Amino acid sequence: MDTALLSRRRLLGRGLAGTALAAMTALGIDLRPAQARAWALRIAEAKQYASVCPYCAVGCDTLIYVKDGAIVDIEGDPNSPINQGTLCPKGAAIYQLHVNPNRMTQVLYRKPGATSWEVIGLDEAMDMVADRVKKTRDETFQETYETTDANGKPVQKVLMSTTAIFSLGGATIDNEWNHLQQKLLRGLGIVPIENQARI
Amino acid sequence: MRLGRGAATTYPGSLVYSNAILIEGSNMAECHPVAFRWVMQAKLNGAKVMHADPRFTRTTAVADLHAPIRAGSDIAFLGGIINHVINSERWNTEPFFKEYVTTYTNAATIINPDFRDTEDEEPGKPRGVFSGLGPYKEPPWGLNGFLGQYNPKSWQYDRSPVGEAGRSAATAQSGEQGVQSGQPGGENIPTPPGPPYDPLVKALVPGQPPREDLTLQDPRCVFQIMKRHFARYTPEMVSEITGCPPEKIVEVAETLLNNSGPDKTSAICYAVGWTQHTYGPQMIGTAATLQLLLGNMGRPGGGIVALRGHATIQGSTDVPTLYHSIHGYMAAPTVLKEHNTVEEYLKAETVPTGYWGNMPKFFISYLKSMYGDAATKENDWGFAWHPRISGDHSHMPMMIAMEEGRVKGMMAIGQNPGVGGQNGRYQRTALHKLDWLVVKDNFETETAAFWYKAPEVVDGTTRPEDIQTEVFFFPSAQVGEMEGTFTNTQRLIKFHHKAADPPGDARSDLWFTYHLGKRLKKLYEGSTEPRDQGFLNLTWDFDPAPEEVANWQIKDEPSALKVIREINGYVTGKSDEHLPGFAALKDDGSTTCASWIYSGIYPKPGIENLRAASRVPDPAGGGAANLGWGFAWPANRRILYNRASAKPDGTPWSEAKKWVYWDSNKINDATGKPGVWTGADVPDFALGKAPDAKGQQGAIGLDALSGTDAYIMKADGKGWLFTPTGLVDGPLPTHYEPMESPVRNVLYPDQQNSPVLKAWKVEGNPAAPAEDPDYPYVLTTYRLTEHHLSGVMSRWLPWLAELQPELFVEMSPELAGEKGIGNTDLVNISTPRGTITAKALVTRRMQPMQVAGKTIHHVGLPWHWGYQGLVTGAVTNDLALMVGDPNVSIHEGKAFVCNVEKA
Amino acid sequence: MAIPAQATPIATPAAQPESTAFTSGEPMTPPGAYPPEPMGFFTDTTICIGCKACEVACKNWNGLQAETFILSGDSYDNTRHLNGVNWRHVKFIEQFPESREGGRWLLMSDVCKHCVHAGCLEVCPTGAIIRTEYDTVVIQADVCNGCRACIGACPFGVIEINPLSKTAMKCTLCYDRLQSGLPPACAKACPTESIKFGTIADLHATANNRVQQLNAQAKAEGRPEDAYLYGADESMLGGLNAFFLLVDRPETYGLPAEAKLPSRNLPAASALGIGGALGMAALGAATFRKRRMDAFAAEARGEGEVEGETLRSGGDASLRGEEEDER
Repeated sequence: MDTALLSRRRLLGRGLAGTALAAMTALGIDLRPAQARAWALRIAEAKQYASVCPYCAVGCDTLIYVKDGAIVDIEGDPNSPINQGTLCPKGAAIYQLHVNPNRMTQVLYRKPGATSWEVIGLDEAMDMVADRVKKTRDETFQETYETTDANGKPVQKVLMSTTAIFSLGGATIDNEWNHLQQKLLRGLGIVPIENQARI
Repeated sequence: MRLGRGAATTYPGSLVYSNAILIEGSNMAECHPVAFRWVMQAKLNGAKVMHADPRFTRTTAVADLHAPIRAGSDIAFLGGIINHVINSERWNTEPFFKEYVTTYTNAATIINPDFRDTEDEEPGKPRGVFSGLGPYKEPPWGLNGFLGQYNPKSWQYDRSPVGEAGRSAATAQSGEQGVQSGQPGGENIPTPPGPPYDPLVKALVPGQPPREDLTLQDPRCVFQIMKRHFARYTPEMVSEITGCPPEKIVEVAETLLNNSGPDKTSAICYAVGWTQHTYGPQMIGTAATLQLLLGNMGRPGGGIVALRGHATIQGSTDVPTLYHSIHGYMAAPTVLKEHNTVEEYLKAETVPTGYWGNMPKFFISYLKSMYGDAATKENDWGFAWHPRISGDHSHMPMMIAMEEGRVKGMMAIGQNPGVGGQNGRYQRTALHKLDWLVVKDNFETETAAFWYKAPEVVDGTTRPEDIQTEVFFFPSAQVGEMEGTFTNTQRLIKFHHKAADPPGDARSDLWFTYHLGKRLKKLYEGSTEPRDQGFLNLTWDFDPAPEEVANWQIKDEPSALKVIREINGYVTGKSDEHLPGFAALKDDGSTTCASWIYSGIYPKPGIENLRAASRVPDPAGGGAANLGWGFAWPANRRILYNRASAKPDGTPWSEAKKWVYWDSNKINDATGKPGVWTGADVPDFALGKAPDAKGQQGAIGLDALSGTDAYIMKADGKGWLFTPTGLVDGPLPTHYEPMESPVRNVLYPDQQNSPVLKAWKVEGNPAAPAEDPDYPYVLTTYRLTEHHLSGVMSRWLPWLAELQPELFVEMSPELAGEKGIGNTDLVNISTPRGTITAKALVTRRMQPMQVAGKTIHHVGLPWHWGYQGLVTGAVTNDLALMVGDPNVSIHEGKAFVCNVEKA
Repeated sequence: MAIPAQATPIATPAAQPESTAFTSGEPMTPPGAYPPEPMGFFTDTTICIGCKACEVACKNWNGLQAETFILSGDSYDNTRHLNGVNWRHVKFIEQFPESREGGRWLLMSDVCKHCVHAGCLEVCPTGAIIRTEYDTVVIQADVCNGCRACIGACPFGVIEINPLSKTAMKCTLCYDRLQSGLPPACAKACPTESIKFGTIADLHATANNRVQQLNAQAKAEGRPEDAYLYGADESMLGGLNAFFLLVDRPETYGLPAEAKLPSRNLPAASALGIGGALGMAALGAATFRKRRMDAFAAEARGEGEVEGETLRSGGDASLRGEEEDER
């Protein structure tokens, strides 16, 4: 717990002056005075950022608190008309989605037939993927589609695509990614573009 | 497809205004707990909450009424309610209902005399199918999978066929079956070329309006056809199909009826419990029909709340990473239709009347966003570079194509088909056939680990050494580590700010795709191949401004704002001149806009002008429209079709349900003249069009519609009780059994399933026949509050993993007793696709049902587990069947059959 | 001749609200402490959806670890009980007859009751447990020596040793947040407002209205009028600062029908059976709470004595007696 104790409670004596009160205390009835301890708020002075929950599509608004460049807390935004500060258990756990020792932080690569992963550099991996995309596209691209018209006469139609690369995206990824992904792939003529929405 | 836009018609906050709420096809409290906040607030205000579901869930726990219905029988249940409503005393005596229905729906429209309903029987047309059924001829792609196909000509409006466009997830619209979009016959109408394209659109306008009978008495009017269609959906018949006691069906119907009217509204909430069937869109259509009949559409506290399961599943449909759709619900160009030139495409796809009459502007602006300056009038806007589809390239057929060796490479970005894919073992095994696979996620997913941890590898069926797939795993940034927007279930687009850098080599998905594109641009540099020219001309500049990355360590993160600018649109050649909204789009190349429906989200440069980042709450609270909180497409409207929240004469239906109305004194800023639609929301209507304005015969776009045509996306401005076009499986919803069912179709004994569903009959994907004694139980799959989908975002989090640590199978004590199964015993659950093991959770929340004269047991399985993560378990989808809805290719995950045995 | 696409533009909003100043990246400034008066939770179990957001929000704020990863088989409850890492715990009680008619799934988020007469506080030998200015009961982790005395003294089984800190832990009612004017994490997160946070006075009013509403509805529909408040009045340990609306007997929810005070010096039975009841009757529980808080308020106004940084009571003779004794 990230709480600071500013003053330490003195041990209280147990004896009491009045008999009635002594009896009460003996019965476990708490007669002691209220006391205040100053507990620091762990997000005080943290930088706050407006964000949105990445789980379901209710779209609860959140606030992310950052200290020294690290996320320290994520909570519901009380001003939001969507969730008015509330969250579900998944939303309440977004902090652990970010700060989690199980997260992957390196690119892994598995050679054909290999029995284990190896770690490779990000740049190298990106080059390799670009190379694979180009190779597969170039080998499978079709410019035209042969078919027949209503009278059975053979016709050629514009196809300009390949179906040999399949892009399957999640639906918790930003709209901006969706735009670039479909633009890149359609730009290349790769048409099997799908996402979670189909499920 | 009955109302015009593929999206929720309202927002969850509006449920606080509801007098009754029916939740069906959704376990709302568990899967959308925060949206359910508004249901509970409505309940505290006295609203009746009803839950129709096979199981007693956490939603049922706080509902006023539980209607237990068999999984997959929802059309029968809702059809029974429709039948009760239209024959009820209240519906026939309270004038509100008929006024709403005759004005705002196509109830009065006369249908083609050749139409035959499922109820009609004549030579060559058995009961249970509509007129026009024939065999399906597969194109060379070969994986469209339809059992049959309808020629929908006889379903059309008499005298004047209408077209349809803008379906949310309609694969069939892209040429897989006859014309399902655009103006019927549009492809063959002689038209002038463009631009301008208005003359082309005008040439498509039908010569005369459809015929109507406003008394609703004509036996061929939609209302009478519908009435006859549902006449046999009596409480007794519906009870026999659904297993729900007849009195509960009547109680639900009466509750909705008594809580609908001029001063009352009822809402219906659904989720994937309605989409994951071989007749999913028809289920949703039944609800839309009911809500139109009850006058609940377009009104506060009414409507249909589509509860989507992912942060931006709406956005990924709007900004379509879907093969069949390009931006803003335009059909992907296809070789299965005449789409060789822009002119041909527009002729085939444009619905001339209603707002879709503007499609040429959307389409040309889209092509400009793709190819920039290289897209000119002279080269047909670069359309020859744009790829065409050639069949159903959706998830399931692609996995079959992969298994057949036709797919060489795959990117699974933030998606985990190793757990989420139907017939999971089949799909994971298909990955063995790939040359290469890229997986990008936060954690090492089951899909990434398929080659060494999947059950079929662990059990020795195959060895890693024999799997020749090259696999890349890229670690992802999380939401707090990047900028971007999500579109939530209410069409609301909101921006999230970057709060911290991602760790190590983790990068945003935007970074991955942008830098992959940059590398490919370099690789193709200088190519003179015709096939590469489109890509070389593809505009691709999203480098950040220095100030956007000044505070962060990653300096080459692409600019989300530049992407949003391209989505919003700008004046061609002046990227700082953003478009104020889609009304500013032009068809002559002078505007560049990727997504017309999102236009207006970013009307001026600078993040302070990004409406998705606006966070100004309404003091009136969450029920209010909150127009300053984010940006809802289209044009920031919060309740769609809200013209219908006023009477035909423009005045509110009641003070209690006042929302958008006509103010004849208020000055319309656009014209400077008095008379404008106004109210709590942004009117979903032409602002200055008076309630008594007449539609102009022969005009295009909204000019063709009248002052009471509230459904502006439809060609006739009406909400469709009967869909003359747009659906491939019938103009009216009809009860069919799921592909796999333990009972015969009681309603149509000779027509068990949808006659046009998609069945992929391939090895490794066997289906059980009806009433298969080996698989006597209904299996339904679902999610839990504590986890998210395939579990990637929850099973690695200790706080969530501990809450639901293991896969379980829910069953009633009656079934458990028959099978000698005790609570927490290990149980084998099997289907023709395979067997998995789970611990039993024996509970009376599950109940046996009496269906078609038999006792039917449900078996329930959540599907969040896999072989990776802090907590692991069997993959539920290994049991599921690859079978699809004919309209949208969505699988049937909510109702199939299984057996259970103690392990 | 060009034909105008539409005579009237599609509706666009006439006026948009002003955007708020862009605040992301700016430091958060806490609103300032709640005024010192009794505060607590009212948990309305009839609108609990069993989502467990309260459990996770609590763990998130208080940095508590997950503990067990085993399917219990007891409905949807897998965290099982309140303890040193579960400061909120949602109970799932299935009540279904064989016919299923009238079946119920009772859901309830349990928590430390912050008793007006808190046994834990009374038995704590180190003084680690304090009564705060909000009348809540808080264990100070850095004072607790893990002796477990409080664990046995709690009539609700709320407290346990936290395996990491090795000290006794339980809900603090987010004491740190209250002192900065933020609501407790669980109440803030609760999607349906089943967990309500506020002053005891406000919560009592809200809770009584809700009971009346539910019982009126039940009566109108011919159902049993079964809603009542558990722990709201003085009869239970002087009142619970975290009290509940229930629709079945306390035992159904795993709550004692009569909570027993701990007894260090007397046999338990006599302590509660006679002495406890007599004691409360004699002095009145509300009096205790009021006296305590009045004293605190006086202190805060500068009328009392301040010793070191510890605010303590003054003014009240009986309490001063204790203090004098202490010296």
